[in-house]
Amino acid sequence: MTAAFTELRQQVIWTRLISVVEEQAQTLMRTAFSTTVRDAGDLSAALFDLDGRLIAEAVTGTPGHVNSMASGVRHFLDKFPVATMVPGDHFITNDPWLTAGHLHDVTVISPAFHGGTVVGLFGVCCHQVDIGGLGQGPDGRSIFEEGLQIPLLKLASAGKLNEDLLAILCQNVRTPLQVKGDVLSYVTSNEKAAQRLSAMLAEFGLDDLRDVAEYIVEQSLSATRAQIASLPQGQWSSQLVIDGYDKPVTLVATLTIDGERVSMDYTGTDPCLPRGINVVLNYCRAYTVFGLRCIISPEVPNNYGALLPFEVTAPEGSILNVQRPWPVAARHVIGQMLPDLVFGCLSQAIPDPVPAEGSSCLWSVQLRGSMPAGNALAGESFDAIFFNSGGSGARPVQDGLSATAFPSGVRAMPVEVTESTAPIVIWRKELLPDSGGIGERRGGLGQTVEVGMRDGSAFEVLAMFERVERPARGRDGGGDGSNGSVRLASGKPLRAKGLQAIPVGDRLVLDVPGGAGLGNPRARAPQRIEEDISEGYVTRERAVADYGWKSSSA
Amino acid sequence: MAERPRARIGADIGGTFTDIVLEVGERRHSTKLLTTYDAPERALLDGVALLLAEAAIAPADVELIVHGTTLATNALIERRGAITGFLTTEGFRDVLALGSESRFDQYDLAMEKPAPLVPRALRLGVAGRIAADGIELVPLDEAGVRSAAGVFKTSGVESVAVGFLHAYANPAHERRAADILAEELPGVSLSLSSEVSPEMREYERFSTTTANAYVQPLVDAYLRRLESRLATLGFGCPLYLMLSSGGLTTVDIAARFPVRLVESGPAGGAIFAASIAAERGAARVLALDVGGTTAKICLIDDGTPKSSQMFEVGRAHRFRKGSGLPLRIPVVEMVEIGAGGGSIAAVDAAGRLTVGPHSAGSEPGPAAYGRGGTRPTVTDADIVIGRIDPNAFAGGKLTLDPAAAAAALAGLGLWNGDADVLALGVSEIVDETMASAARVHAVEQGATVEDRTLIAFGGAAPLHAARVAEKLGIGEVVIPSGAGVGSAVGFLRAPVSYEVARSFALRLDQIDIVQLDRFLLDMASEATALVDAGAPGIDRIERRVCLGRYVGQGYEIPFEVPARRLVAGDEALLKSAFEKAYAAQYGGQTLDLAIEALTWRVTVATRGHETVRAPAMVPGAWREPAGQRAVSDPASGTRQAFGLFLRTDLVPGDRLRGPALIVERETTTVVSSVFDAAIDARGYIVLTRKEA
Repeated sequence: MTAAFTELRQQVIWTRLISVVEEQAQTLMRTAFSTTVRDAGDLSAALFDLDGRLIAEAVTGTPGHVNSMASGVRHFLDKFPVATMVPGDHFITNDPWLTAGHLHDVTVISPAFHGGTVVGLFGVCCHQVDIGGLGQGPDGRSIFEEGLQIPLLKLASAGKLNEDLLAILCQNVRTPLQVKGDVLSYVTSNEKAAQRLSAMLAEFGLDDLRDVAEYIVEQSLSATRAQIASLPQGQWSSQLVIDGYDKPVTLVATLTIDGERVSMDYTGTDPCLPRGINVVLNYCRAYTVFGLRCIISPEVPNNYGALLPFEVTAPEGSILNVQRPWPVAARHVIGQMLPDLVFGCLSQAIPDPVPAEGSSCLWSVQLRGSMPAGNALAGESFDAIFFNSGGSGARPVQDGLSATAFPSGVRAMPVEVTESTAPIVIWRKELLPDSGGIGERRGGLGQTVEVGMRDGSAFEVLAMFERVERPARGRDGGGDGSNGSVRLASGKPLRAKGLQAIPVGDRLVLDVPGGAGLGNPRARAPQRIEEDISEGYVTRERAVADYGWKSSSA
Repeated sequence: MAERPRARIGADIGGTFTDIVLEVGERRHSTKLLTTYDAPERALLDGVALLLAEAAIAPADVELIVHGTTLATNALIERRGAITGFLTTEGFRDVLALGSESRFDQYDLAMEKPAPLVPRALRLGVAGRIAADGIELVPLDEAGVRSAAGVFKTSGVESVAVGFLHAYANPAHERRAADILAEELPGVSLSLSSEVSPEMREYERFSTTTANAYVQPLVDAYLRRLESRLATLGFGCPLYLMLSSGGLTTVDIAARFPVRLVESGPAGGAIFAASIAAERGAARVLALDVGGTTAKICLIDDGTPKSSQMFEVGRAHRFRKGSGLPLRIPVVEMVEIGAGGGSIAAVDAAGRLTVGPHSAGSEPGPAAYGRGGTRPTVTDADIVIGRIDPNAFAGGKLTLDPAAAAAALAGLGLWNGDADVLALGVSEIVDETMASAARVHAVEQGATVEDRTLIAFGGAAPLHAARVAEKLGIGEVVIPSGAGVGSAVGFLRAPVSYEVARSFALRLDQIDIVQLDRFLLDMASEATALVDAGAPGIDRIERRVCLGRYVGQGYEIPFEVPARRLVAGDEALLKSAFEKAYAAQYGGQTLDLAIEALTWRVTVATRGHETVRAPAMVPGAWREPAGQRAVSDPASGTRQAFGLFLRTDLVPGDRLRGPALIVERETTTVVSSVFDAAIDARGYIVLTRKEA
């Protein structure tokens, strides 16, 4: 075999491995019970080599999990050495500090065998809606209040499920059958992937993945390094003050691009809080590297080599590197702001490809109330959750996307589905005119959401919203995005975080924030301004005041 | 008269070509014309006239015309439809813009969502609210509907879509609004979401309804023109339209629900593959249609292509899910990817060889065409590998330039510019892409691929089918003849059918069986009435399917419901039908959870064209090749001597050993070294894995 042909084969196998993990992810979505996995795609699926290096990862998935699991697998290997594994073994944890940053994310790792020996490890990491405890809000005062903690454990030994563990799990959650069904679906998808991998090795006449893994890592590493080498070298800082829980939180980032490496350090960031918006370093790294890779190396497939040149550090005990046993359940509130910090640094180094700040934090509306009279479950309490997104930041040559999640990868559920599962009525979900930051490129629009009980009874909201006090900031002359707003339909403002009541006959109104603008608004093409007016994205008054638009028909 | 054979016409108007097939008894005539965009009926009628003359048949002798067209699809993709208004529930005018509020590509910061077909100024909300269970919460604001009609009128709106929340559960507001709009806007077409797509999930339903409204004036006018031209020419037979679902319908229904026509061409291809499967008695089939730009993959079980309720038209972004407009219509389930003969090879930022989704098309075409194309394509790779004879391409009409192909490949800059290895690389990557798409598609369907027969058609399929089959672990490949006009042939094998789908959420352990029976009966009579209109008095089959899931799951799976009156006791039958379907899809144990039914489908169809099972092939002689050619082998990377055969020299029963090339006018079939080939009783090439 010539060297060229060998490389050809390795590329074909690489393509195949990405297909195998995509199949793994699809199997998971098909069989899962949690809405977060099946509808919203809040999951990741991946293949690791025997050193715990990420080799291939499914395209389907969300950034928060991806890079978190990448660093988590070696913890499994430390505790359960490869040499001790037998077919039918599966391992589990939801330790926030080892994997994806809160108890709701459960990771299952399974060895893949070929010819009697372990050749790789398949892993899935999925968001469970229910893990016991208080539920996914910021109100827990420590990890112990947030739900069941599963340390690194065997989920199955030689094909025999760990029934003791499953019994404890089922006893600790509100919906035991669904949670158990979910955990079993993780096993199914890893097993299917392992079969596929073994068949692939047979087809290509290989005994193991060693050479291919090396090739994938090397190729991705050198491609990423080449991209980094083309960047200006130096150090840049940015700062972002966010609403926080009850007082502002300051996040400080310093980016260093140095030859073949990119480092992000969060020294100067505020300390952690006794509220569950703290971020573990793994999760901090996940969203930071996601933001960096979106700009620096978006085309390189995600794996150990593609991630290696990126280093993320944060002071121990800061809100971006929280230690046990501080609470972490709603860590996405801060985690999803990190790409904006990344963009803040990168825009000083390479302004061209970098977007402005966006609304960033997903507005996930969690409601609690009582089932109405006449219903079979009258008087019992219910929980409902639905996702809403604000505007993304203006992009270098395009406007920001309106009401679209970034950096989160989740999808919103249909209003009709939400209303058929809970006694609520969503009265409005409509784009908010003038909410996009002004600029040559306009920020994406936010949206207004109005919701109440169908019978007008009282209910509660578990608020965890951001950018209410401090909007997404414009750049290079572009304006800020609109602030978010949380209030009663009758007018009274509500807090952006924490449990609050909506009284009888009233409704909850949310203005989800807009994205920020980029560049001088006076440089915006008149045609774009007129389109915005005709679509109702920008009102005539604002067009005149902000963009200097002169009506040709006036 | 009684002696005259049955004459039937299939007509498929595609983006580039209009294919016409005339079947007179066992004889088949066919022709391909360039599509006439300004008046698509012109090419159709020209082609028909040509074939009638060839077969010496008069219009009056034709007993059936079946027609499929991409008219609606192209209007949607190219945004050439009517000026359309959208009337919706107050507070929800932006559903069409919001979609799922997500990005279909994680890392691509420059992605754009598909723009709604209706601009925001023509998306108007009106007060009035129905709840999830169909109960009215707020009455319809009729004055608001009238004032919206006023806006539509002054804006020159030609077609209006009406979509209110929960209209699938209670269409009263939509119907009342339609009455008012009809009064205020005489002559304007109306599409109601409760009629076009009465299913839960507002984005998909509204998108489907606006798409219907958007193409309706165009399709209606075209069909009426065609109908009257045919009548003038003396055709007295019925004209049926091919639906995306693989069934047929009348002109009237097609004109009301034109959105159901969008995938008619590919559906015809799937029916064509299904009829070949039936002829050969292949129960489980993977159909692979590879053209110049895309490959389409479809699973066929027991002679029926898998069906779905969801389709996306105009996927702009590398065929990514979510980058097109969602249409919730009955459709043959297939995946389409950017992989074909014209697909362009490139190197990505990670130094990986990639193929597609961009295509060189036919202009400038592959580098070897010598028409200005400089980027290497799959066809260029096939030439350098030795699969295509540069001097006998397209029946010798076009001489290819292998040096140009090799130079284009070498220009990729990988692997020391070794054109031979690069050609194999391009071929391997495109085959891997097709195999991967098939595998992931099968998982999404809860199906497997390795136990299937691969039926491959379209210009580039015979060149690649064997290797794709190797990658999928498939043991049998069939290359039919007549594949160039496969869709049009498929039209003639389709039944007259109509599918009604409605949402009706209930838990299987809390069924009111009398109510459910009435609900299904009502759907069946609606479907039957629509089939009666097109095929009165013909024997028909009714099929009922429910889409259900365990409470808490997000994806429904289909399971069969008895097509008869339901009686007490059938509850248990429904439960076991669901559990059986679940186990078949996911293998796992059944779970001790409640099951909920969400959507019900009733299909009424005439019994299809009877397929004559081909006689079993009597294995004949092993044929010796007429010559040999050195062809690179992707498994070993070396050149091997492939036997050369001319398809026209082969007769049913002939057998030949791989590796070999079977050359015909339009394409070449590669028989890789792991396969032998035989010609079956109908003249199809059948590849079978050599005994190990």
